[in-house]
Amino acid sequence: MRRFSAFAIAREAFRNHEGWGRTWAKRPPGKRYDVVIVGAGGHGLATAYYLGKNYGITNVAILEKGWLGGGNTGRNTTIIRSNYLQDPSAALYEKARSLYETLSQDLNYNVMFSPRGVIMLAQTHHEVRGYKRTVHANALQGVTTEWIGPQRVKELCPIMNIDGPRYPVLGGLWQARGGTARHDAVAWGYARACTDMGMDIIQKCEVTGVRTEGGRVAGVDTTQGAIDCDKLGIVVAGHSSVLAEKAGFRLPLESVALQALVSEPIKPCMDVVVMANTVHGYMSQSDKGEMVVGGGTDGFVNYTQRGSFHHIEETLRALVETFPMISRLRMLRQWGGIVDVTGDRSPILSKTPVKGVFVNCGWGTGGFKAIPGSGFAMAELMAKGYSPLTAEFGMERFREGRFIDESVAAGVAH
Amino acid sequence: MLLLTCPCCGLSVEETELAPGGEAHLKRVGPDGSDTSFEQYLFKRENRKGVHFERWRHAYGCGKWFLAARDTATLEVFGTYPAQTTEPPAEIRMKIEKGSRG
Repeated sequence: MRRFSAFAIAREAFRNHEGWGRTWAKRPPGKRYDVVIVGAGGHGLATAYYLGKNYGITNVAILEKGWLGGGNTGRNTTIIRSNYLQDPSAALYEKARSLYETLSQDLNYNVMFSPRGVIMLAQTHHEVRGYKRTVHANALQGVTTEWIGPQRVKELCPIMNIDGPRYPVLGGLWQARGGTARHDAVAWGYARACTDMGMDIIQKCEVTGVRTEGGRVAGVDTTQGAIDCDKLGIVVAGHSSVLAEKAGFRLPLESVALQALVSEPIKPCMDVVVMANTVHGYMSQSDKGEMVVGGGTDGFVNYTQRGSFHHIEETLRALVETFPMISRLRMLRQWGGIVDVTGDRSPILSKTPVKGVFVNCGWGTGGFKAIPGSGFAMAELMAKGYSPLTAEFGMERFREGRFIDESVAAGVAH
Repeated sequence: MLLLTCPCCGLSVEETELAPGGEAHLKRVGPDGSDTSFEQYLFKRENRKGVHFERWRHAYGCGKWFLAARDTATLEVFGTYPAQTTEPPAEIRMKIEKGSRG
């Protein structure tokens, strides 16, 4: 791998940038691997990366039915935060956030992590109490967050109307080291590092079946032939139930569409991320100047990556009230992704009824922020059979009634 | 926009008039059921990519529950039927079979 550096840029500047090479290698699938990861999105690639980096397991293939980073990794609103209520969530998301801080250096690839700060607006008294509780919980968990009043919210985000007629801003939960990162770069950076360790990334390779022998995984059948493996990691977000069915078990998930949209680019007007859960919208400004807007999910099972229009309408109606200056903004693009939602709105990182098969799913509407921590923990679980970070996130928690209930804590948007 | 016909009042209504209610035909276990079957009933959804039977409520209309057969991969609706059934009626099954052959 050719490392990126000031020297490399200077050298390439003198030869028409012809020496950069491919970011990741294109190879045909092999016959057998120690570990096969299904899903070359952020979580799958991060899992493979930390398997190699932390445990020296590099005989790994990452299979992707579409193109690398083309699922939810490339469809989210790129928000990173770790201000969760429950201890296991805070540990996992804070691990992820702290890994994001140095990810560009670790990967030698600029993921454009921008810790610009995240405000979660409190617009009802119920939310005020809820977020103050989260601030106290975060203090105990070692996650730095702060409760701020309406005037401080206005200082941080002057374009906001804090005296809205329906939902005035009563304060906010502020995480100064939250922010955004470039989502494609996260996938590409991990892919580049994986390929550098000798792993195979195989795109346009759909898994059509999971082969087992005596309750243990033996390999997978794919559209590019059969591949044997010792361990299988299923990291496919919205299609987790489909793949679990092929492996012979069921997951406590429902897959629904979540939408986002961006406006035309405008001059810099907002240098924080704002989330408003009561009115159901969140917004930040990308480096290109586009306002990036996310909203709510549909309430029914859907695999089409298309959501219902009225959700966009609801989101924008609420945001226009909170940010009056965006009322004449034209929207450029809108898209949907299929998110897999669990009953307690917390992810599943778990062993499964099939020996050697592991799942990493259920991130629902908030997976991007967790990518490095998710991969770090999942790699430990797959390599050692146990990880303190994933211990509470097993799929058996639903049967045992040990929910990690973030649905109450977070309200709606993630 | 998803359009469904409410079998109770006969109106064809838009999604905004409806409240989704999740998977249909779930079998609730009795007092002597196992933990596993109760877990199945509470959490383990079929989450099928394909034909999906689901509950809806005509929330901003007649207020009644009904069931629908819909394809989650194409968004095709095969029809709606009353909630007082334990399995999809023959007529809906025929439509699904015809649809999947076409």
